[in-house]
Amino acid sequence: MNQLPLTLPLPAGFDEAALRQLSTGLNAQQLVWLSGYFYGQAAGATVANGAPSATARGLVPSAEKLTILYGSHTGNGKKVAQQAAEAARSRGLTAEVRDLNDYATRQLAQEQNLLLIVSTHGEGDPPVAAEELHRFVLGPRAPQLPKLQFAVLALGDKSYLHFCQTGKEFDQRLAELGGQRLVARVDCDVDYHDAATSWIAAALDKITASTPAAAVSANATVAASPAALTTPAITRTNPWSARVLETIQLNGRGSSKETYHIELNLAGSGLHYAPGDALAVLPVNEDSLVEEVLRAARLSDTASVTLGNESRPLAAVLASRRELTVLTRDVVERYAALTPHAELHALLADTSRLQPYLYGRDVADLLTDFPTDQLTAQVLAETLRPLPSRAYSIASSLLVHPDEVHLTVGALRYDAHGRRKHGVCSSYLADQISVGDTARVFVETNEYFKLPANPAADIIMVGAGTGVAPFRAFVEERVELGATGRNWLLFGNPHFTTDFLYQAEWLRHLQKGGLAKLDVAFSRDQAEKIYVQDRLLEHSREVFAWLEGGAQFYVCGDKKRLGGAVQTALTEVVRREAGLSAEEATSYVRDLKKQRRYLEDVY
Amino acid sequence: MSSKLSEVEIVKDASNYLRGSIVESLGNRVTGALNHDDTHLIKFHGSYQQTDRDLDSERKLQKLEPLYSFMIRVRVPGGVASPAQWQRLDALADAYANGTLKLTTRQTFQLHGVLKRHLRPTFQGFNEVLMDSIAGCGDVNRNVMCNTNPHESAVHAEVYAAAVAISAHLTPRTTAYWELWLNGEQQPTAEVVDDEPIYGKTYLPRKFKIALAVPPYNDADIFSNDIGLIAIEENGRLLGYNVAVGGGLGMTFGLPETYPRLADLIGFVPAADVVDLCEKVVTIQRDWGNRENRKLSRLKYTIDRVGLPAFQAELHQRLGYALAPARPYRFQTSADAFGWSGDATGLSHLTLFVEGGRVLDRPGYTLKTALREIAGFHTGEFRLTGNQNVILANIEPAHRPRIQAVLEAHGIWPGTVRQTALRQNALACVALNTCSQAFAEAERYLPQLLDKLDVVIRAHGLADAGILVRMTGCPNGCARPYLGEIGLVGRAIGRYNLYLGANHTGERLNKLYREMLDEDGILRELTPLLAAYAAQREPQEAFGDFVVRQGYVAATTHGQNFHA
Repeated sequence: MNQLPLTLPLPAGFDEAALRQLSTGLNAQQLVWLSGYFYGQAAGATVANGAPSATARGLVPSAEKLTILYGSHTGNGKKVAQQAAEAARSRGLTAEVRDLNDYATRQLAQEQNLLLIVSTHGEGDPPVAAEELHRFVLGPRAPQLPKLQFAVLALGDKSYLHFCQTGKEFDQRLAELGGQRLVARVDCDVDYHDAATSWIAAALDKITASTPAAAVSANATVAASPAALTTPAITRTNPWSARVLETIQLNGRGSSKETYHIELNLAGSGLHYAPGDALAVLPVNEDSLVEEVLRAARLSDTASVTLGNESRPLAAVLASRRELTVLTRDVVERYAALTPHAELHALLADTSRLQPYLYGRDVADLLTDFPTDQLTAQVLAETLRPLPSRAYSIASSLLVHPDEVHLTVGALRYDAHGRRKHGVCSSYLADQISVGDTARVFVETNEYFKLPANPAADIIMVGAGTGVAPFRAFVEERVELGATGRNWLLFGNPHFTTDFLYQAEWLRHLQKGGLAKLDVAFSRDQAEKIYVQDRLLEHSREVFAWLEGGAQFYVCGDKKRLGGAVQTALTEVVRREAGLSAEEATSYVRDLKKQRRYLEDVY
Repeated sequence: MSSKLSEVEIVKDASNYLRGSIVESLGNRVTGALNHDDTHLIKFHGSYQQTDRDLDSERKLQKLEPLYSFMIRVRVPGGVASPAQWQRLDALADAYANGTLKLTTRQTFQLHGVLKRHLRPTFQGFNEVLMDSIAGCGDVNRNVMCNTNPHESAVHAEVYAAAVAISAHLTPRTTAYWELWLNGEQQPTAEVVDDEPIYGKTYLPRKFKIALAVPPYNDADIFSNDIGLIAIEENGRLLGYNVAVGGGLGMTFGLPETYPRLADLIGFVPAADVVDLCEKVVTIQRDWGNRENRKLSRLKYTIDRVGLPAFQAELHQRLGYALAPARPYRFQTSADAFGWSGDATGLSHLTLFVEGGRVLDRPGYTLKTALREIAGFHTGEFRLTGNQNVILANIEPAHRPRIQAVLEAHGIWPGTVRQTALRQNALACVALNTCSQAFAEAERYLPQLLDKLDVVIRAHGLADAGILVRMTGCPNGCARPYLGEIGLVGRAIGRYNLYLGANHTGERLNKLYREMLDEDGILRELTPLLAAYAAQREPQEAFGDFVVRQGYVAATTHGQNFHA
């Protein structure tokens, strides 16, 4: 290889002769080394100039092609992909990061080194972005992939039965097609950061070990991340202690709902967010639950537990470091290993019984139902899952509320198995913190659930319950920016008089034009239940006209009850108004999703 | 058209006979309120848009609009309702309102707390038992009141029939009510050919009230009405009515040109001509009433502006004859006579005290349930009195013990009959939390004040003295406070003006005695007066007459010297 690929366009200031002169006499290995060297210089220049240089990127030839594909509903997949690309660069590798949504399936056969980061949703379904590749790879037209080296990072949530199912399927199938695993698949739980970091390192180690360029990639200094130059980032491990400015119960008297509007102070944090992003909150378990667990475990609150290289009393670890309110399969599995309870092992062996058992039970229930003498404070801490943060769609626009972030939090409370139970984070926000207190938070960007780049584009927002939160941010932001596109909100909740969240604000927006249309469905105000999806159908002609005019369609709220029903309704709207078959309408809606004009933030 | 017309006049004119945009308002799901203009128009359909004022500031913090709801006032001429009608209202109160019925000082029912989306089913519920709420409120003739003489003398029957006939004649003719409430979605497709031969399309400048009395009872307080009619009988035969015009109690604090005024007696009309007389008075007010300033629109101000002789001349002109001179009559009381009574036909009647006119259930006192049970078998009527009470009229002999038993079982009897006469005669308007006009509490607070006054009353041996106490939350006069021997009119939360000196028959207004009293102040002022009354009254002397005779206040001889 002594010629540059001719397909590469030459940037200004270069001609082919000059390049040839530069490269004359160099062997392939030397050329690759140079590419890394120049890239490193370019990366340094990027930081210095504050703008990436297309010129520099265009120059980079690829000896050992590395493609990093990601697909997830939230921005987590993209974040990991970018982290991997950054790590690859620091090793002198060049990597192309691609969103699965924009990835042509036929390219797969050309890949040499592939890192695939993919999440799993609902009943083991791939994210919309990954649907096409998933179908292609698992289908009969999938090509053999003898040249491929790959690694899969599966993102998921252990509390779901089909944990990381999509990642597992990709991993297995790519191997069946002849691909070689760089490293074993890693399945990440909600708290994916550490696992993802080690997966990236292991996979890149494997690539660099088999790639000559690695030998000359010592110049890690030039690959400084732009982030490293700013103040210490506010992250999960370095959260911001935000002071509570306001907490308001939004539901009127007599409501069966309990929804809080919480305003937090960001002044001094340097935190930024855009409408559509989420704020993650690190909750603390309530004292009564910690006590309940200690009682059931028959352990002392002061018993010492070692986490990493620090020792802390068990009660403190249980309060702020361990998940207690949600019981998941993995915890039961680890716990079962400690105890010979036949019934517990039988439960684990039978998914159809385990799921109902887990539902509504918490760690205290497990310890009470299956007591054991084998438990020490340390073992208990190791058996339980780390307490993950909970993310809430941000309800405010930073433009309208500088230095503030607002959340809309539904307090989850129910009676189950003899005790009053509370959602860990919602009750933390509702009951434990009040004005003047602080809560530990960080921003989780949501890559896709964003306002249209074009301010003239119309948007249709469908929100139920606390799902209205991001739309408050959307409308505030669009009004503040003077966006000319029309805003249409469809909102649903049980009762008009008590549960019309942010009603006064919506009415003001409606009056002043910030909302072009406002439709509401209050399910329990009449004999028959009426939901937002029914309003979509009622207004089918207009909904379709907006879509045809390029409107973006957003859904936020309960995944099970809202997500599917709205999609079904929208498909029916399209079928009816466009005169399409059910299949064609389904495909129309699928295309909307592909084009990122149908966006969901469901939970 | 004059540009000085009040906003309401412009809304009425543009309303296409009271339709406005009510259909659109009802279809708007994002607010519990009506379009602003429609809030004026819905009054003509018998309803006021209100908010729960207890929750206003709380809901504002919660980013919710005020809790809008509607008061609906049914049209019940003479206050006579059948058991089936009572049962229906009882059920509607539970289904769509706040679970209570308010018996008003104009012998009607009010439902409170009806949400916008429940307006239509509520109106439809009225209609199914042949009731409506047309002209329950608004710038039209309101519910026609009539003496509730339960003894069904022939004269009373004729007077009641006249009340019904006047009500029917002066009911708006617009079909808007049926279209909006009873046919659901039907919208006018073309110019509707409604006609209002009496009112015209802008109706009256202001509300208009008519009441009929059969002496010696003035329970309808006829002198507080635009037209008061006093039945004149001779040998058990109805001859006709003495006619009084220009009554009305509302006023505005700080505007001395507004004042309560009792009607002036202007003559006698034969029974056969009474409906026509009412129409002619209404049309004079239609043409002459002030349509620029609603505070000065009532007939009383029209008359005082042009002078009574000019008004009478116009009336004679429109009638085509002059009224004969008024006949002698005498009223004894404007209060109700509580308890059982019987008549020659063997039927019984029971006048029940209903505190504040509020029919409700509370622990140990389940009046609403009791009356619903009674309505299930009672074959007579329910007659609402102008004093917020109810008469179970024309009870079959067999039902009398049954009714007695029901009332005892529900804690109504004998509790209510053991109250002091002071409490039994007390009136209170709704005020807070729903009335938008209220400056202070009335119905919710008066019972507590009476608990304290009762101590004074009993201490001075006045438990049987039927002193008329009337409390309102604002100066507009719904509970006729200026005809109270003790009138308490709300100025601010917890503060009342104290008026004294009305007479017991509703023929003399009271006069301001003290301003801005809190509860301690009210008790401090009234205690020595009641003590003096107990010690120094003349035989049969009423409290209102006593305070005038003793010079605590000067007698008000006409509305125009009420403030003097």
